[in-house]
Amino acid sequence: MRLRRTPLYVASAGVLLLAAWPAAAAPHTYTFVMDKLKFGAVPTGLHKGDTLVFINKDMFKHSATATDGHSFDVDLAPGSAKKMVLTKTGTFPFICRYHPNMRGVLVIK
Amino acid sequence: MSYRMVGFLAGAALAVTGVTGVAVAADGPNDAQIAHIAYTAGNLDVEAGKQALAKSHNKTVRAFAEEMVRDHTAVNDKALALVKKLKVTPQDNPTSQALNKGAKAELDKLAKLNGAAFDRAYIANEVAYHKTVNGALAKTLIPNAHNAELKSLLETGLTLFKEHQAHAEQIAKTVK
Repeated sequence: MRLRRTPLYVASAGVLLLAAWPAAAAPHTYTFVMDKLKFGAVPTGLHKGDTLVFINKDMFKHSATATDGHSFDVDLAPGSAKKMVLTKTGTFPFICRYHPNMRGVLVIK
Repeated sequence: MSYRMVGFLAGAALAVTGVTGVAVAADGPNDAQIAHIAYTAGNLDVEAGKQALAKSHNKTVRAFAEEMVRDHTAVNDKALALVKKLKVTPQDNPTSQALNKGAKAELDKLAKLNGAAFDRAYIANEVAYHKTVNGALAKTLIPNAHNAELKSLLETGLTLFKEHQAHAEQIAKTVK
């Protein structure tokens, strides 16, 4: 009995997965690290609704400031972290306002 | 302390005051001297930043000065914790003395200026000062540092000084 039921179970799980697929925009959480006056790799595959956690491991204060002047401006004390929910799509170059050579680009789809 | 080291230091001090000095490669300061030089270099920039915060009304210049005070204080706090951990007593030396002397002369010069003239002179000196210290860190202090943790902190210091130099150069274009 068990052997027979198992394929059925898997199959229904498969159906469920397929059924859920169109709504698969279940939000993800990504991290972005700043350390030793450098921005780490910016996560790829970001989508609207996802959450990005900025982690400042450095001894210095940093920020993630969109260069368009309004989209986001996250200030991070040394050794702190902050979450940001991505609420719009687009390509957003950003810098650390205190150390403008620290640069990155967020791409949100 | 060798004469060649003194020669290097004098060169650094001259550059700080805006005169081009001929830097001579150092024979090699020890870790206690390196720690003293690095701490002094950071501390002098904190002092310059405090002077700017007391005198300048320019928003950009003040934000930069705050950044200098904050960042260099952060590194120096780490440096103090490190020398304590390593049980090293930072040792005064001709380079630190030359840096102090050059910075004192610059503070006195800037004290007589006000408004935009002060802002321009402060930022111009910040560019020159960071450039000088970058050179000392890259050519003398980092290569001669023996302790790995000290070397690593100096490398962070070099990255910081370079970042500050770039930022000061950027501001220099706008403060006219």
